[in-house]
Amino acid sequence: MAESHGGAKGPAAGAHTEADGGHHSGGFPPFESSTFASQLVSLAIFFVLLYVIVSKFALPKVGGAIEARQNKIEGDLAEAQQLKDQSEAALKAYEGELASARSRAQAIGNESRDKANAQAEAERKALEEQLAAKLAGAEKTIASTRATAMSNVRGIAADAAGQIVQQLTGVVPDAASVNAAVDASLKG
Amino acid sequence: MKIDPIHQFNIEPLFTLGHIGNHTIAFTNSSLYMLVAVAIITLLMLASGSQLVPGRLQSVAEISYEFVASTIRSTAGAEGMKFFPLIFSLFMFICVSNLVGIIPYTFTVSSHLIVTVGLALLVFFTVLIYGVAKNGLKFFSIFVPHGVPGYILPLVMFIEILSFFLRPVSHSIRLFANMLAGHIALKVFAGFVAMLGFSLGAVGWVGGVLPLALTVALYALEILVAFLQAYVFAILTCIYLNDAIHPGH
Repeated sequence: MAESHGGAKGPAAGAHTEADGGHHSGGFPPFESSTFASQLVSLAIFFVLLYVIVSKFALPKVGGAIEARQNKIEGDLAEAQQLKDQSEAALKAYEGELASARSRAQAIGNESRDKANAQAEAERKALEEQLAAKLAGAEKTIASTRATAMSNVRGIAADAAGQIVQQLTGVVPDAASVNAAVDASLKG
Repeated sequence: MKIDPIHQFNIEPLFTLGHIGNHTIAFTNSSLYMLVAVAIITLLMLASGSQLVPGRLQSVAEISYEFVASTIRSTAGAEGMKFFPLIFSLFMFICVSNLVGIIPYTFTVSSHLIVTVGLALLVFFTVLIYGVAKNGLKFFSIFVPHGVPGYILPLVMFIEILSFFLRPVSHSIRLFANMLAGHIALKVFAGFVAMLGFSLGAVGWVGGVLPLALTVALYALEILVAFLQAYVFAILTCIYLNDAIHPGH
């Protein structure tokens, strides 16, 4: 097994060197140990150089730019939020003012209506009292007129009754008795 | 026409920097593409402006930032943000060098095992050192899962310890193998098109349509893989770091 492996490798390796031998010192370039030292030294130099550039200059610069943008965006957002809050506060204040003005207007309306109602009521009452007084006066006049009229009626009735008695009997009746009779009939 | 899918991985020294022991340290094409990746990331992150309303380039920079940050937060929690620069560097380095490497005639840094091993070991030792420094010996409780019966515990602990130390292996080979295989496959299929066209004339032109279509499809897939492997590397780093930050889970 090991023998056949070695046997298979032998000619292949030979063909390999034959193909490339003309160009270089022979063999497969990545496995040429004579170049290792040079490559390692240049890798060390350039990687350290790159590391220094990256850590001292490149990353702080790019990171700073990204952070500055982030801060700017956050600042702008905060400012926008603040302005929004302000406008909302202004809107609220305006609405409050409007509501208070509306309620004040309503209060004034109610007040003036109540006042007008009260005034109208007072005027009506005064007028009614006046009318009632007039009515009472008129009734008193009617009563006195009527009483006067009634007393006149008694006299007329007594006169008429005396005349009638005189006509019928020819006797002038006693005034007192006529009056009594008239009173009695008026009462009846 | 000869197809050589391996040639694209060759390391060509551009100039010598110095010597360590008997090793020659050279500035290679790989170093050049590492430099290109670092330059692109630096330009993207620093030259893209920081306006309030981002432009296109700035959007890309910010999306990368947010993407890596949210990945860390969702896998390692808010405490994981300590490692944000590390994970961001890893993700961007791998992602950009992979995407650059897809462009024809360029070199892919992470197609070399030594590079991915370097990065994986960096993560491994970061996890180990931070885990021990923060939690002391409690860190090693990650090897002792809760609710495992006593008689099976030694076996489970053995497997847990083994898997912990194999992490850098799988972590590095996953990235390396994906990039390597993808680039070889692309090269092979693209090579078929050229080979058919050059050698068979009109018939080859017709016959080349299928590999061409495959090349286009593979190319799209490779763009996805380039990003995805960087993401996988970054998210595995987060998961490993999560062990160091919260060893109780």
